Amino acid sequence: MESTDRLLAAMTAAVVEGDRAAAEALAAQALADSLDLHEVIERGFIPGIQKVGELWESGEYFLPELISGAECMKAAMAVLKPAFAAALTEAFRRGKVVIGTIEGDIHDIGKNLVASMLSANGFDVLDLGADVKPARFIEAAEGTGANLICLSALLTTTMLNQRRLIELLKERGLRGRFKVLVGGAPVSRKWAADIGADGYGENALAAVKLAVELGPKRRLA
Amino acid sequence: MIRTLRPKAELLSRPFVEKIIDEAVLLLGRHGVFVENAEARGLFKEAGMPTDETSLKVLINRKLIEDSLEATPLAVRLYDRAGEKEYVVGHDEVHFDPGSAAVKILDHATQQERPPLTADLVRLARLTETCENLHFQSTALIASDVPEIIADSYRLFIGLQFCSKPIVTGLFRTAGFRPMFEMLAAVRGGAEELRRKPLAIFDACPSPPLKWSDLTAQSLIDCARAGIPSELISMGLTGATSPVTLAGTLVQHVAENLAGLVICQLARRGAPVIFGGSPAGFDMRKGTTPMGAIETMMIDMAYAQIGKYLKLPTHAYMGLSDAKINDSQAGLETGMGAVLAALAGINVVSGAGMMDFESTQSLEKLLIDNEICGMAYRLIGGIAQRDEPLALRLFEGLGPESQFLTLPHTRKWYRVEHIFPELADRDTYEAWVGQGRTSMAERAHDRLERILGETSPNLVESALQKELQAIMRNDARDSGTDALPGLPIG
Repeated sequence: MESTDRLLAAMTAAVVEGDRAAAEALAAQALADSLDLHEVIERGFIPGIQKVGELWESGEYFLPELISGAECMKAAMAVLKPAFAAALTEAFRRGKVVIGTIEGDIHDIGKNLVASMLSANGFDVLDLGADVKPARFIEAAEGTGANLICLSALLTTTMLNQRRLIELLKERGLRGRFKVLVGGAPVSRKWAADIGADGYGENALAAVKLAVELGPKRRLA
Repeated sequence: MIRTLRPKAELLSRPFVEKIIDEAVLLLGRHGVFVENAEARGLFKEAGMPTDETSLKVLINRKLIEDSLEATPLAVRLYDRAGEKEYVVGHDEVHFDPGSAAVKILDHATQQERPPLTADLVRLARLTETCENLHFQSTALIASDVPEIIADSYRLFIGLQFCSKPIVTGLFRTAGFRPMFEMLAAVRGGAEELRRKPLAIFDACPSPPLKWSDLTAQSLIDCARAGIPSELISMGLTGATSPVTLAGTLVQHVAENLAGLVICQLARRGAPVIFGGSPAGFDMRKGTTPMGAIETMMIDMAYAQIGKYLKLPTHAYMGLSDAKINDSQAGLETGMGAVLAALAGINVVSGAGMMDFESTQSLEKLLIDNEICGMAYRLIGGIAQRDEPLALRLFEGLGPESQFLTLPHTRKWYRVEHIFPELADRDTYEAWVGQGRTSMAERAHDRLERILGETSPNLVESALQKELQAIMRNDARDSGTDALPGLPIG
């Protein structure tokens, strides 16, 4: 019991310190030791990413620490995934997200940060990459049964295309089916409201909070 | 007489410049660059460069880079709308222009940002016409009352009509080139005249790290063939989309720009190219791209120094701020940037009026920045020897009651040696109180209203105006829209 606690604490620490190799090794050890995976995730890794979020919000962590924490989380989850029982999957899963940078824009740093944070926080993320046509977002969201569509843009010129996606959803009578979140350097809350998006995240953590709020409610095992 | 020293600032030693260039060239040869545009990849292939049609990666060897540099003109000449006034973009000439493509405007009355309208774009063009220290105009605002599909050409359409200065612009869509080229050619009276006397610079931004998108590479090709100067705008964000060290980001910056330069020269040997950029020292706390950060300015000065070493015209986004209102931060960041850009001898300096990370224009700030640019010009004018001897004779017959105010020497030189700001406050406290305790932004706003109220716009003649309108209407129709806002004249 005590050694399990130590292991769980080490998992938390690995994420907080952004030590990806340690996070992966600890996840592998959890499998080898046949630990309760629900406990591994809920008491091992999730407190780590939560702590990273707290440190970010208190101004102690900056983006490099925030993102490497998220990457650790993702790496550990990838190790655990094959062993996930249905119940565990449900415990961690929050919803499906389709994300990408809008057509005309091939900048993807901001989008990658958000995708990374979303998947670290339990979302199933389908990343369509950059320069994605509005129709492609919609087809992917329909195909995967996603609840959320996240749109990024870095250029002031291409953020204008975010509006087109919302218009296209309306044209196809699908506006009610998906929540649309927008972000990117030139994007603002006002812009999100103007184009009729469901939300705007000013940074990756805000995007996660918004997605949790707007996404399907989490079912605990 | 002793020659006046042109004050200059350089951040890199010569070996450091050479090392950065060398690594950039190695980077292009070993890692290569992603070129999304098939025509550009075709040009590389024809030139014997290894191109991969799956990964879209192109490797560029040292010889092709050196050969392309050899072909690129040392300086570009731009001409005003009338084709009379010439501006040399090269050497240590400095030309300021408004920062471009803002999606918001700071409304002075409400002190809030709002979407800009065509009327704002017209006002901006008219004000730029009157700003003596802004040699060029730019398509600085994206009017929100114009259909997005024609937002690029429409900005040029307005700028050309309301301001006679050369214009810095760019494309939002590949199809935008034709109408924009037609407008420029219409002003000049033909494509060959436009080639001979360029009126516009087109910005083209690679996407960091090391990508040239379909649109931007096509812009380089189309401009090269039409003789329109392309301004290469690499924009790495330290630690986010480029290496976190300033020197590391410079390697990527130089590599991206050189790849763009090669595309231009492959499209048409001898094409005019400007070595520019809009990188930023990425803020790791906020995830933002501060243009007013000192590190941003250091990267700008350094790549411009490298551009000069390569014998290229240079450009930077400097003399702008991340402040959201016209406060101390707005002035300090803009002032530092404009002065440093001038000291670095950067040829095109884009930034006036801009705030909030290149997203917002302020007409009041535009006028304040014009004054800042005037001070920067005075600075690089240097300290000259006006007399021989310098001053000895002025002291002949010096007595305890002597003063200099009434000397003919004073009257001869005071307006040459000194500039007089219109907006900076140099009143005594009492006089300032007496005039209503105004801030610089308030004075700028008063001046703006006065200029717009008292001067008439420098419009194109009506035959040309009709021609431009026809091009604009055709473009709108071809783009599937006919919703053009009415033109506010005045």
